[in-house]
Amino acid sequence: MPYHYNTAEDQREMLGAIGVDSIEELLAPIPEALRLRRELELPAALSEMELDAHTKKLAGKNASANEKFCFLGGGSYDHFVPAVCDTIGSRSEFYTSYTPYQAEASQGNLQAMFEYQTLICRLTGMEVSNSSLYDGASAAAEAVLMAVSSTKRHGNVVIPTSVHPEYRATIATYLHNLDASPVEVASPGGVVDVEALEAAVTDQTAAVVLQHPNFFGCLEDVDRVAAIAKEAGALLISVFDPVSLGLLQRPGDYGANIAVAEGHTMGTPMSYGGPYLGIMACDQKLVRRMPGRIVGQTVDRRGTPCYVLTMQTREQHIRRDKATSNVCSNQGLFALRAAVYLAQLGPQGLRETAELCLQKTRYAAQKLCESERFSPAFDQPTFKEFVVRDAENDVEGLLENALAAGYLAGLPLGRWYPELSDCFLVAVTEKRTKAEIDGLVGQLTRVASPEEALPVGG
Amino acid sequence: MKNTRDTQSLFDLSKPGRRAARLPACDVPQQPLEALLPEGSFTQSAPELPEVSEPQVVRHFVNLSTQNMSVDTHFYPLGSCTMKYNSKRNERAAALPGFADLHPLQPESTLQGMLEMLYGLQTYLQEISGLGACSLHPAAGAHGEYAALLVAAAYFQDIGEERTKVLVPDNAHGTNPASAVMAGFESVSVKTTDSGFVDLDDFEAKLDDQIAVFMITNPSTLGLFEVNMQEIADRVHARGGLIYLDGANMNAILGISRPGDFGVDMQHYNPHKTFSGPHGGGGPGAGPICVTDKLAPYLPMPVVRKHESDGGVRYALDHEMPKSIGQIRSFFGNVGVLLRAYCYIRTHGPDGLKSVSENAVLNANYLLSRVKHILPVPQGDRCMHEFVASGSELKSEKGVTAMDIAKRLLDYGFHAPTVYFPLTVPEAIMVEPTETESKETLDAFAEVLFRITEEDPELLHEAPHTTAISRPDEVQAARQPVLACPMC
Repeated sequence: MPYHYNTAEDQREMLGAIGVDSIEELLAPIPEALRLRRELELPAALSEMELDAHTKKLAGKNASANEKFCFLGGGSYDHFVPAVCDTIGSRSEFYTSYTPYQAEASQGNLQAMFEYQTLICRLTGMEVSNSSLYDGASAAAEAVLMAVSSTKRHGNVVIPTSVHPEYRATIATYLHNLDASPVEVASPGGVVDVEALEAAVTDQTAAVVLQHPNFFGCLEDVDRVAAIAKEAGALLISVFDPVSLGLLQRPGDYGANIAVAEGHTMGTPMSYGGPYLGIMACDQKLVRRMPGRIVGQTVDRRGTPCYVLTMQTREQHIRRDKATSNVCSNQGLFALRAAVYLAQLGPQGLRETAELCLQKTRYAAQKLCESERFSPAFDQPTFKEFVVRDAENDVEGLLENALAAGYLAGLPLGRWYPELSDCFLVAVTEKRTKAEIDGLVGQLTRVASPEEALPVGG
Repeated sequence: MKNTRDTQSLFDLSKPGRRAARLPACDVPQQPLEALLPEGSFTQSAPELPEVSEPQVVRHFVNLSTQNMSVDTHFYPLGSCTMKYNSKRNERAAALPGFADLHPLQPESTLQGMLEMLYGLQTYLQEISGLGACSLHPAAGAHGEYAALLVAAAYFQDIGEERTKVLVPDNAHGTNPASAVMAGFESVSVKTTDSGFVDLDDFEAKLDDQIAVFMITNPSTLGLFEVNMQEIADRVHARGGLIYLDGANMNAILGISRPGDFGVDMQHYNPHKTFSGPHGGGGPGAGPICVTDKLAPYLPMPVVRKHESDGGVRYALDHEMPKSIGQIRSFFGNVGVLLRAYCYIRTHGPDGLKSVSENAVLNANYLLSRVKHILPVPQGDRCMHEFVASGSELKSEKGVTAMDIAKRLLDYGFHAPTVYFPLTVPEAIMVEPTETESKETLDAFAEVLFRITEEDPELLHEAPHTTAISRPDEVQAARQPVLACPMC
């Protein structure tokens, strides 16, 4: 048995103290008809050494960003993870503790979450932050529910198609059985059609959701959209990119009422999409509608400043069916890693990271579009990703060849946007070097240029 | 050792011009920022983040960590949370670049090991449940409840039945009624008896053709296997409803009894509990769900499928599920947590998993046999994986509350049990030792509990005495919320 905590002697003594002869007797409350009287059909137990070999073998069948050059974005990015994030994130006392129900034995977690909330407020320019939700998409959906309940408007929620398709899908799922419906507004030029958005907003619109920079990497006209939402009395929900805030206007600057984001980019690797960090910050006046745990500062009986979970009357364990949300756990570990990341980078480091993303993205876009085959799909400024159109409409073949040459070159967009089936999305983080970008461009254009595709001597 | 200087606020450690990270110089030709982005898109001032050095960051957070109790440092018998040991071998596997550095949207051909692992986990969870289909998407137990209730709603809509209500026993986790409402149902509470079982009269009175789902936690939050499980399931099914199992307490029945065999149509797992994912100070968790075959078409997308052909085996994500409830989050799921669960199941095998549950039940019953002489355990002499003692006698005799006991336990180096839950037991003290604790630890805990009940009530009212802080003023925290450090 791989895990045998109780010795046979322990078991005998314990059974004796209980007053039974066997563990089987302890299981007697389960009616015989409901017992499983065969072994589970599962693979036999592995020793640690065997497990180690097995997991390495499985991992070896994947091609990671560690061995390929990763230009994939679309909500998950290959940003650099500083070593301190791993060091702090793997401290047993953070790693193997749970929700700080006992504040006196959890001040480390509570203070770290309080500092995380503060960092998020300062990063976003928003007034309050919770101590995290599951991921960016579910945070966006929770924000929509919050908007519906706080505005008491049960008409629509206006969402441009330039918002991440999976976020839109998640919001649609969350709204499906409730009495407000999502209304999508087209984004033909890579950014939302603002006139169409204005037309979709009514006096029963609970919220406008705007991603900035959006799914295509383009910058939206946030000020105009914010004004439309405000004019109509709807809330503006901003989906932002944390790293972009080293340079770009903050959600609080342009009047977002709720700001949500995917925060794995701050100190947590891509991990095939999860677990991630759902960031949510909002206006002070919305705080009692906010889902998730919130840490507050108070004093103890001796007057010492300390931290505690607070405003729990919003939450399911107190309010049950009247709670603001069913959310119970948070993503404390990744909120901690994000706090460490932001502390490590500081204002200057964050700005430099954002600038590197911007410069390298622009360089990659320009180099790639020097080729006749490729052109920018949209005439818009972008931050750290951009959409490229392939004149030969062979995105699949192109990306496959690039993969064989060692590049995770981009995301095909046809799955979500049939009209963009000749396009792909390329993301460039601060980790990508000029040599890697040049290599990518060389690879994509080599495959692309007919003269070079000719056989040697031909 | 105590270090108050470095645990002061991170923001107080800041000094203008100090920094930790140094980024590489920009190696591409740089363009003026104004040429790259329109005027007005820039922030007017950099975010006011602290300016600290790397040693300060490390010392600050490492010192903060020492103010926590954790499974690696202390016995943590937090009922309902299954705070078992987290095996380090799983951490090593999860950190492999071949898992950690995968982009969620990279081509399936580059993910065959990942998909093989996830497919394997789907089948293992189905086998442990006795249910035919699985979705690994939900990010937490509550998210799994929510996803399954959406599945139920989609099923009833598809077969043309309008059902509006979900029944939830009054001792259930608060997430159950909250999830029901989020999924668009009305939550109806069902009483439980003094013995801790579903009150069949109240259940019968509330059971009608409007019932979509009965959500049951079995073993219950009181640590009891529901005696009328089969009858409840039969009656709900006879009315066309579905049974949902809150799988929080699966640690008691692995390989011993399968939900699908006792009438359950849908369930979630808490792999961070049952299969030992580290709890991370509050998360991440995961909340995969298993359902019967007839509900499979409605599961969240995508599901991992295995395709066998002459050319070998290929794993693929199935996005073509027209009846699916759709997506409930981005990407695939809390894969890092699922991977640890996979490792746990592979490490234990069928006999090991059964042994986990047997020893979880043994440890809980042993501790119960000792604690019942100290504090009454209203629901009797036997339990499954946890039990709920009551401090109400002590409260009426000495004025000592469950909270006093919980706080005093911290002084003795034990994390407190869950207190004041379930709501049906006055002064509830919910103890879940798990199978990874030794008899010596359980004995020590019982001895300390006894000692505490003999202590001066005044000492207990003021406990804890040895932690970094004494009891916080929660009323002030809620009434005058301070939720972030003020700007300097």
